[in-house]
Amino acid sequence: MSSSATTVDPAEVARFSRLSAEWWDPAGKMAPLHKINPLRLTYIRDAACRKFDRSARSLGCLSGLRILDIGCGAGLLCEPLTRLGAQVVGVDPSESNIAAAKVHAAKSELLIDYRCTTIEEMNRHERFDIVLAMEVVEHVTDVGAFLDRCAAMTKPSGFMTVSTINRTLKSFALAIVGAEYVLRWLPRGTHQWSKFVTPDELARHLERNRFGITDQAGVVYSPFADRWSVASDVDVNYMLIAEAV
Amino acid sequence: MTGQRGIVICGGAFAGLGLALALRQGLGPEIPVIVADPALAMRSSRDPRASAIVAACRRMFEALGVWDQVASDAQPILDMVVTDSRLDDAMRPTFLTFGGDVEPGEPFAHMVENRQLIDALVARAEAEGVTLRSDAVIGYQSRDNSIAVEFANGDVVEASLLVAADGARSKLREQAGIATHGWEYDQSGIVVTVGHERDHQGRAEEHFLPAGPFAILPLKGNRSSLVWTETRSEAARIAALPDNEFHTELERRFGLYLGELKAIDKPRAFPLGYFVARSFIAERLALIGDAAHVIHPIAGQGLNLGLKDAAALAEAVVDAARLGIDIGQADVLDRYQRWRRFDTMAMGVATNALNVMFSNDVTPLRVARDIGLGLVDRLPPLKSAFIKQAAGLTGDVPRLLKGEAL
Repeated sequence: MSSSATTVDPAEVARFSRLSAEWWDPAGKMAPLHKINPLRLTYIRDAACRKFDRSARSLGCLSGLRILDIGCGAGLLCEPLTRLGAQVVGVDPSESNIAAAKVHAAKSELLIDYRCTTIEEMNRHERFDIVLAMEVVEHVTDVGAFLDRCAAMTKPSGFMTVSTINRTLKSFALAIVGAEYVLRWLPRGTHQWSKFVTPDELARHLERNRFGITDQAGVVYSPFADRWSVASDVDVNYMLIAEAV
Repeated sequence: MTGQRGIVICGGAFAGLGLALALRQGLGPEIPVIVADPALAMRSSRDPRASAIVAACRRMFEALGVWDQVASDAQPILDMVVTDSRLDDAMRPTFLTFGGDVEPGEPFAHMVENRQLIDALVARAEAEGVTLRSDAVIGYQSRDNSIAVEFANGDVVEASLLVAADGARSKLREQAGIATHGWEYDQSGIVVTVGHERDHQGRAEEHFLPAGPFAILPLKGNRSSLVWTETRSEAARIAALPDNEFHTELERRFGLYLGELKAIDKPRAFPLGYFVARSFIAERLALIGDAAHVIHPIAGQGLNLGLKDAAALAEAVVDAARLGIDIGQADVLDRYQRWRRFDTMAMGVATNALNVMFSNDVTPLRVARDIGLGLVDRLPPLKSAFIKQAAGLTGDVPRLLKGEAL
């Protein structure tokens, strides 16, 4: 990890520590993300164990694998994946997210390569066993171009995991009206319904890159149990695995 | 690199040792598991008591690989009889009988002597690489990303998680500032082992006498373990009686249906109470077993609740570790608490209601409870539901309690 000790502003450091604590508080602003995190991790881990013939019971089941996490935030996925043995590169365009991620990784004593950049600006020749685009495609301006870059950086022996929100009436009701207006899990305006992406659209972009969807799963919230679970219903939140064909 | 530190468990009784073994088997050698208890300095346990191990907990001991060591000395409860009677009733009408199987060939509980089970757990834990320390934990300090556990000999161990399995008067619970909610019963349980002439044929009896339940629990070799409830002052008096007078009191309650009786060990009286900790968790700290709750022994469930805690906490921690999640993180501990605290309070309420209902000689209550017991006895589905509940096989059961390894 790099540090530029001469220009550190103590007020900035304090701000990033606060931001990092906010991201990592399971009962705080990021509570919904913490709740689905075990599901996302399970999905990625199990796909990796299938693909690379590892045992999910082993605490180092991802050892030796290079993983790129695009839009890593403060590292909610990067840290667990690193503990499982992976070499993780986390990229995020937000300078403060990357600073918050670095503060927390240092606290956790984990070595993670955090970079404040975008996939478009990354070295074209870097390759990864697993490329993660979790809750990202609904925020990018050009989904096709974005997925082209993701595919190019995925080793032919590897895979890509994409999670996003489907563009359906149900997702409008639940992800926009429900999550932003009724339950206020997210600030209003976090998502624009028109930018949500259907599995078919993803499939078309991936096909162009000779990638096929080999698995897909819905992520469903049950309000009475206050619990998220994996289901076959992909009308709102969903995740998928894409591999080179 | 797992980036996880170890787990320190303060207290080496059933819940603490069961948890240690479950964690070790689920996590493997990468994450150290330490059990600290001054009692571990002794070569073998001196606990004279015996406990009813319900089917779910027996399955857990099987999965942990310790049941084989105690199986030949474990007495299955093949039959259970409940009566409601006054002390000097010549006849004790039977209101409820339970044939003891939860599944064909699987009794709903076994009686096991505590010291045998503790010794088997210690031996297995040692063989599988759990670190056993015979010094006490004297306190802890929360650090940025760990908990620093201080031992009596001055050692400090940085851990990801500290578990308080240090009993009803838990020092760690006190240090964490976790209050308890509960009350004392004006009752003590006299515990004594008796030998008798005739075979009990695996039958357990519970007589609801006005002072409280009088339970006869079968052990191997024409012996039974008694849990005998009296008011605190009466219990102290009885436990201190000379042998011949104690024998008279014993015979009045036990009867002569198994022939000549003889107390094998010295009767001891334990004051009875009920409490549940306000929280089962704090920062990087989890309470299990008696540190988290103590209930009335009327249904013989106290120890089993502690083992359920161990099974649930082990599952939450192992599942987190296999996802690379910090095992002492708040949401991991929260999963454990949500899993166990409600179940514990429900059991506390049920045992308290039983005690209030039965430990008296008020005629309307007597009639009401006898009708209730009579109904349960005549309704097979209800009865089987009770047996499954008592055996710990209902609800969201942790994997270990189904006999599945983590």
